[in-house]
Amino acid sequence: MKQKIIFIAAALVLLALFIVGTLAFKNKQHSAAQAHVQINQEALIRMHSPIIGAQNAKVTIVEFIDPACEACAAFYPFVKELIAKNPEQIRLVMRYAPLHQGAEQVIAVLEAARKQGKYWPALETVLATQDQWTKNHQAKVDLVLPLLAPLGLDMAQLQTDMQSSGIQIVIQQEIADAKALSVNKTPSYFVNGKPLLSFGYQQLSDLVDEALNK
Amino acid sequence: MPHPPPIPTSKSDPSCWVLIFIAWLIAASGTLGALFFGEVMGLPPCTLCWYQRIFMFPLAIFLPLALFPLDTKVARYALPLALIGLGFAIFHWFLQLGLISPSASPCAQGSSCSEIEAEWFGFLTIPLMSVCAFALINISLFATFIQGKK
Repeated sequence: MKQKIIFIAAALVLLALFIVGTLAFKNKQHSAAQAHVQINQEALIRMHSPIIGAQNAKVTIVEFIDPACEACAAFYPFVKELIAKNPEQIRLVMRYAPLHQGAEQVIAVLEAARKQGKYWPALETVLATQDQWTKNHQAKVDLVLPLLAPLGLDMAQLQTDMQSSGIQIVIQQEIADAKALSVNKTPSYFVNGKPLLSFGYQQLSDLVDEALNK
Repeated sequence: MPHPPPIPTSKSDPSCWVLIFIAWLIAASGTLGALFFGEVMGLPPCTLCWYQRIFMFPLAIFLPLALFPLDTKVARYALPLALIGLGFAIFHWFLQLGLISPSASPCAQGSSCSEIEAEWFGFLTIPLMSVCAFALINISLFATFIQGKK
């Protein structure tokens, strides 16, 4: 009997230490992350960043995506819905953090489509058809291009633009900014400059509501 | 008709219970510690870390089963795990100290085994903690084994 009490008490103490340690560590990490983003605010939005929504919206969501990332594709409809609830007050800034092999070329496709005024339809198509052009976590740009054909893009022009130095510079800037903001997972969100620290639909929705009600 | 000799069940020697309990306490702390480094702090475990985990985690789970009721025979099953784990831990520690050249290490890609990810007080690295934990588990289990044989 006494032995059982000793064992259970020891197990509970170990678990409690683990939980307290985890909470303390996460807390410290979150404040460090917040401070880090605070000093790198200029990296959040660049002149070239695609923006959808009202120019003077109260809430700005900055989203870092990798077009080949499954969670990004899964989250996109939800973010759209979130904006649709308050179209006048929320704007979305698209940024990239290419973490998958080959993703940079898919970003080049999107940026080239943007030159032809088809950025958002191209992005939605790319995300919706993701499983058709990703193989073993690698993005295959050759498989992306035919999927964009229905959008009525000038494909020859698109392929030329993809290689242009302008787009390559933009992509390098995106990678540098993602690094500066410690974006090592996608999607990563920043709402009015504040990072979304614990990932999830509800957490993002709460962070947006908090910014709306300020 | 002579009575058959009673089947020798585990001896209820309280010192054996304490020894197995200590071994479990260290294994459980090591398991939670490894999970803390990996899952909470986000340090990616290298190949050698994984092998040490393989030999540490099961101890945390099955040693308590030998406490209720007390079964000193558990040392027979637990010692091989603890000894192999100690071997990996010592190898990893020596690798980090530079006593073994990294070319002799099995990790070619991913997180490096020879790189020191965390260090406290200037000498206490994660592999050294692993060496200490496995050594103490081995001592406790070996003592259990000797006591249980008496």
